[in-house]
This record gives sequence, C-alpha cells and structure tokens, in this order.
Amino acid sequence: MSASGSVASGVPHLDVDPFAMGFFADPYPTHERLREAGPVVYLDQWNVYGVARYAEVHAVLNDPATFCSSRGVGLSDFKKETPWRPPSLILEADPPAHTRTRAVLSKVLSPTVMKQVRDRFAAAAEERVDVLLEQRSFDAVADLAEAYPLSIFPDALGLKPEGREHLIPYASVVFNAFGPPNELRQEAIARSAPHQAYVAKQCQRENLAPGGFGACIHAQVDEGAITATEAPLLVRSLLSAGLDTTVNGIGAALYCLARFPEQWQRLRADITLARNAFEEAVRFESPVQTFFRTTTREVELSGARIGEGEKVLMFLAAANRDPRRWERPDSYDITRRTSGHVGFGSGIHMCVGQLVARLEGEVMLTALARRVASIEITGEPKRRFNNTLRGLDSLPVTIIPA
Amino acid sequence: MPTISFVHPDSNSEHVEVSDGESAMQAATRHGLDGILAECGGNAMCATCHVYVDDAWVARLPAMAEDEDALLEGAAAERLPNSRLSCQIKITPELDGLVLRLPKRQV
Ligand code: HEM
Ligand code: FES
Repeated sequence: MSASGSVASGVPHLDVDPFAMGFFADPYPTHERLREAGPVVYLDQWNVYGVARYAEVHAVLNDPATFCSSRGVGLSDFKKETPWRPPSLILEADPPAHTRTRAVLSKVLSPTVMKQVRDRFAAAAEERVDVLLEQRSFDAVADLAEAYPLSIFPDALGLKPEGREHLIPYASVVFNAFGPPNELRQEAIARSAPHQAYVAKQCQRENLAPGGFGACIHAQVDEGAITATEAPLLVRSLLSAGLDTTVNGIGAALYCLARFPEQWQRLRADITLARNAFEEAVRFESPVQTFFRTTTREVELSGARIGEGEKVLMFLAAANRDPRRWERPDSYDITRRTSGHVGFGSGIHMCVGQLVARLEGEVMLTALARRVASIEITGEPKRRFNNTLRGLDSLPVTIIPA
Repeated sequence: MPTISFVHPDSNSEHVEVSDGESAMQAATRHGLDGILAECGGNAMCATCHVYVDDAWVARLPAMAEDEDALLEGAAAERLPNSRLSCQIKITPELDGLVLRLPKRQV
C-alpha cells in the first residue's frame, strides 16, 4: 500500500472511492459507513483523510488557519502540482488575501442588492411557470432547473447574449476538476479550452453591462479595493459557481417535492414555506457534495493525529444527514429548522452567493406552488455525474394546474 | 446560566436560558423560537437573525463590526438605531436579563 508514512494509528482505513460512478449512483450507504467508521477516516484509494460527521466537518470548515484553502479545495495540492487554471482569488485563498476579495463579493451580493433584484427574479419565475403550464409535460431539469437560472443570472451578471451556452459546460469542468484524476476530471479538462476562452473574455470590464454584478466588481477597482488584474478573476468566480450550483439546487427542490407529494401539499397550504422548502432541499440533496482542505501543520482532530500537508476531504452531504446532529435526517421536511446545515459550507468561505441561491429558489417555488396543484414524475429520472456536484440530467414530469 | 428574553411583535415574551459561550441567535434556535431564521447559521452573512435591542440595554452591548453594520442595511424589516444581528451578540454573565425585540419579518 502506498499510504504516506504520516498516517495516524487508530484512524480506520476504508477502501471506498467517493468519486466512482457506483458511489454517485447511491452514496448514502457509503456515507453511513464513513460516518460510523470514526470521526476521522483515511481513504486509501486517494491517500486522503476524510470527515463525514457533522461535528468534524463543521470544525474543519471553521479552522481555516489549520485547514487551508490556498493549496486547493480539490484533491490536487497546489504546492506540489500546477493548478489546471489560475487559482480563484477567493475560494482558493486564505486570510488576509481572502478577507479583501471576500469583502468585495459580499458587497456585490449583499442583502441590499437582493432587494433590488427580487422583483425581476420573481417576474421571471412567473413567466417560466406560464410556459410550463402551457406545456404540461416537460423535463424539469432542462425546462425548469436550467431554464430559470439561465433566464436571470447571466443578465444579472451583465453578460452578452452570445456564447452563454458555454456557461454550464464551464461550470461542469470546474466542479469535475476538484476531483481526483479520474476519467471525469481528465475528460472535462481535455475539452475545456473553448469554455475557458469564452469565460476569460466575458470577465473583462468592457464585456460586462453597466449595473450588473460583473460591472459592480470592476467598479471596486476604482474604489481601490482590488486591482484591475484581480477584478476579472473575481467575475470568473461568479461564472464558475453561480449558475450550475443553483441549477442543481432548484433541481434538487423539484425532485424532492415531486417525490414527496405530502410536502408539496404542505407547501401549497402555506406558501411562506417556499424559502425553507428550498433550503431543506439543499440540506437533503447537498448539490455541492464535497470540498477538500490541506493541513498547514500537524493537528489533532477528535483524537486523530494528522500531519502537515495532508489533504482532508469534507463530506458536506454526509454531515447534512448525520443522525448525531439531525432528527430523522433522511426525511425531507419543509418545516425543519435548517439553520446550521453545511450545504453552503460554514465559516469564512461559506457561500458568498447564498442569498442569490435562496432568492432564486424561493421565488421559483412560490410561483409553482401558487399555480400548480400537483407534480407527477412520468419517467425514470436520469442522474448527471460530476466529481463534486450532485443532480439530475433529466426528470420527466407532468403538472396539473391549480 | 444567563436568561434572556425575546419579545414577539404581538408583545408576547419568551425567556430563553443561554448556555456557556452561545450567541443570542444560538440560544433562540436551540429553543425552537419562531422569529429568528438564522439562515447562514451565525456566519454574519444573511441578516435573518435581526433583533431590536431594548433601549435599556443598547449601550451595554459591545460595538458592532463593519460587516454587521453593512448587513443590517439589507435586513428585511426596517433598520432602527437599536438594530443588531443576534448571531453577533455573544451572551456573557453581564448580559443576564437582556431583552431583544423581534422584527415583523426576517426575509
Ligand atoms: C444552491 C446553490 C449553491 C450551493 C449549494 C453552493 C455551495 C457552496 C459551498 C459549499 C461553498 C463553500 C466552499 C468552501 O468552503 O471551500 C461555496 C462557496 C462559494 N460560492 Fe456557492 N453555492 C451555491 C450558489 C452560489 C451562487 C449563486 C454563487 C454566486 C452568485 C456562488 C458563489 C460562491 C463563491 C464565489 C464561493 C467562494 C466563497 C469563499 O471562498 O469565500 N455560489 N458555495
Ligand atoms: S445568522 Fe446569518 S447573519 Fe446572523
């Protein structure tokens, strides 16, 4: 076995591959195995530590000085390997550098800004439901989970109309690239050149419409908060993380509400639950399944000694269903108190776009619940495979108008 | 163990015992209190744990950080001079008896 010499004694070794197709098809039994094996495990397949219980995932997320992001939040260690693209200035950065760029994106995506875009996002959701009510039978992934964010987010960013078909494929590359060098990652990177070229160009100031999130980032250059070379890379973060994530988040919510009709009826009876129905879907399905950290020093975590420079894989999805933290973790319950779930992470890197995601989810589910009596799954849902994202490729449904 | 109260918009009060090191938000959510959403789980990123601090207590709380100040601008209910984010109020023994008023809405 090739495990490094620093593997702690007492840490259980598991032979599971959490990036294999068989795992993606049904990750839940393996999640349970990972949680029950111990607070910290070692995965021989990729020579990494793993944490799958809520307490340890939360602890690692909230100790960025020990568990850093600047050596990459995928398997690849930026200290040993050249990153496949220039690193992100926010996701793959540590304080103090992170603090500065984070402040910029927090301002651009603040609650105040959400109030300004709310009406527009809500109107687009109503328009989408108009179309779907005409169609009656459709693919809830392509025609809803993708079509809705695509109808608002690129415009909110200020992107040109041409070339938007690159957005979802680009995000798919980004999220596959966090994984190990398996077929998913290698193939994604191999076909990434045209998507990268598109994205690099759209991040430039002259290609972003005034008033959009992208232009607001560039305006921070004039304030002296960031440099002109940093701004395009911060726009890139929104292009990478702002679309496919919400596609899978909204897709997760629909898949839940279609599978659990009693929850759909509860939502229809009290539409103010729409926002929490979305949030609970993010907990239940965890569209972003995993992220890595790298240790900056030797550290003891729940009794396990981990050496310096080790990769630690955080199973956000497993933490979100840890029975130590959640009652009836495997039930989708739209009235659950969801506060504290780690579907958006936790600590200094917690999703900076969480307010955008919640707004999209809330207005979409509100529009649907007001006008649709029932959602029926009419064909076998097909899964989409990605090293980091969990979601469907297609979900055939028929809706009955209210 | 300090006890703090949350006053609902209908003037009903709920008293909540706070464990060592908890924030007002954590105590509220642990007790299942309605009126505090705390969507970001206490990371000062969502403004859905907004409270109005009772006048008698305002000056006794530590000053707020810049990020809290900025977030409060976007709170769903009106921002008042005594507005705070309850996840940023760490409860110490000196704050025993603290009174926090809940806004009409958090989103
Ligand atoms: C349901 C939808 C979404 C989910 C599940 C999600 C999930 C996450 C998670 C788990 C992290 C933490 C990464 C870490 O700790 O290393 C994160 C960070 C981030 N997200 Fe999201 N996200 C979503 C939507 C969005 C949107 C809509 C945007 C942009 C508008 C966005 C932009 C970002 C950025 C830039 C970061 C890096 C923040 C930092 O490192 O400080 N995300 N997201
Ligand atoms: S819980 Fe989100 S700001 Fe307080």
